[in-house]
Amino acid sequence: MTGDDPLERAYREHAVRLLALLARELRSFDLAEDALQDAHVAALQLWANDGVPANRAGWLLTIARRRARERVRREATLARKLPLLVTAAGDHAEPPFEEEEDVTTIPDERLRLVFTACHPALSTPAQIALTLRLVGGLSTREIARLFLVTEPTMAARITRAKRKMAEARIPYRVPSEADLPERLGSVLAVLYLIFTEGYLPSAGVRLVRVELCEEAIRLARILRELMPDEPEATALLAPMLLQHARRDARLRSGHFVRLPDQDQALWHHDEIEEGLELVVRAQRYDRSGAYALQASIAAEHTAWVRGSSTNWNAVATLYERLEQVRPSPIVRLNRAVAVAEAFGPAAALPLLDELEDELPGSYQLPVARAEFLLCLDQPEAAVAAYDRALALQTNDIVRNHLATRRAVAVRSTKSASARSSPSTPTRL
Amino acid sequence: MKYALLIYQGEEFEQKWDQAPDAERAAVYAEHDAFIDLLKQRGALIGGHELAGRSSATTVRNNGSDHVITDGPYAEIAEQLGGFYFVEAGDLDEALKYAKALPAGLVEVRPIVGSAA
Repeated sequence: MTGDDPLERAYREHAVRLLALLARELRSFDLAEDALQDAHVAALQLWANDGVPANRAGWLLTIARRRARERVRREATLARKLPLLVTAAGDHAEPPFEEEEDVTTIPDERLRLVFTACHPALSTPAQIALTLRLVGGLSTREIARLFLVTEPTMAARITRAKRKMAEARIPYRVPSEADLPERLGSVLAVLYLIFTEGYLPSAGVRLVRVELCEEAIRLARILRELMPDEPEATALLAPMLLQHARRDARLRSGHFVRLPDQDQALWHHDEIEEGLELVVRAQRYDRSGAYALQASIAAEHTAWVRGSSTNWNAVATLYERLEQVRPSPIVRLNRAVAVAEAFGPAAALPLLDELEDELPGSYQLPVARAEFLLCLDQPEAAVAAYDRALALQTNDIVRNHLATRRAVAVRSTKSASARSSPSTPTRL
Repeated sequence: MKYALLIYQGEEFEQKWDQAPDAERAAVYAEHDAFIDLLKQRGALIGGHELAGRSSATTVRNNGSDHVITDGPYAEIAEQLGGFYFVEAGDLDEALKYAKALPAGLVEVRPIVGSAA
């Protein structure tokens, strides 16, 4: 899939660019995808016999356009109006093999794809599926596997999204200057959702789905390449890289390892370096943008690399500022955790009370509460909170970790003098 | 392409509207007039109407074998249809701009079938 095959990756990059261009010409994603698929199949057959042409992309584009015309002609026999290709009068004879398009002149249409796939009129799961499909070039099967649903389910989701795009006429364009900031928010959110789903998968037996994280990072890089002057596009990449860099250290013998206990030799330091550079750059543009703040927070956690530890006071302040810019209960929860680390859990417990109604399905809220209660020597209440968290958490590895912590709390109830070390429940 | 912009209103809003003094109503109508002007300038206006409140509604349900007539809107939901506009727009983004310009709290945007150019 995304990992290994460089040829596969190269084809994918080409394919996405070609898809974008064709979608624009044909004004239909379905037609563009089908035509490109036809071209791919034709290419495999012909190249096996005649060898691979130098201008692979141009060749594919030419064939795809031809196949698209053929499809349109076939479908035009059904009495449907199609807003499509200019067919010259007297288009009977098969034209001679056209001049191949010079690859370097194929305009980069991928940005349109990105904004179209992430249109707010589509549901979030639809945006995610379309982004991975149209911009990431993943197959339906690959996307289904990444999100642990069946292929027909994912196919139906993508079909519904495309149908909504056609019926409501969602335009295939980059939004205008005025709309760009708001719409960019959609795009960034989708990419970050893909990343967080990979970083802490909501279900299943693995702690990290590396392929999802890598896909999100790859797409974030593409976005950055396409919008080099957009600070948030830079800022988005930083926390992803900084978190992703720790992927090999988060598990030891199948058990989850908290940040302070991680073996730093397993961290990918080149990624951390790159992430930190991006943080600096993001801060230079605009320290107060939401992703710049998240990048700064992620950077704080890399203090461990330099032999010290997270400056929780700074983190708490950053979350406070993030709350101004992008208020959300999760941000407030993270701030509560930071406050607990910096000032002790007693200060943070009231903050959790405020959040009870706002995060009904979240396991993180009861986990935070449990850890605070444990520190405050209230193990029975902690056990109850762990139970609530366990009921809500479906990732096996995190569940095991929670069960372990719960056991600690249970032991505490039996021995009044037992103490537990403070924990950072959400710092994975 | 044609779109329907459907305005939904809560019960509280309808009650306040019923009891509102003329000056307040006039102000709201003035906002709608401004919106209509905007649509006209863009050549986007097809039509639109204010609907009478939910208490004036009557529902006719076709069971297959007969029709059942009941008092009230079809469902006891919080927001009910209060009015609508039909507009001409190039694509959904344009229709959404009109929906945002509409002086109302809740607007549903629905394409009109058979209106694609």
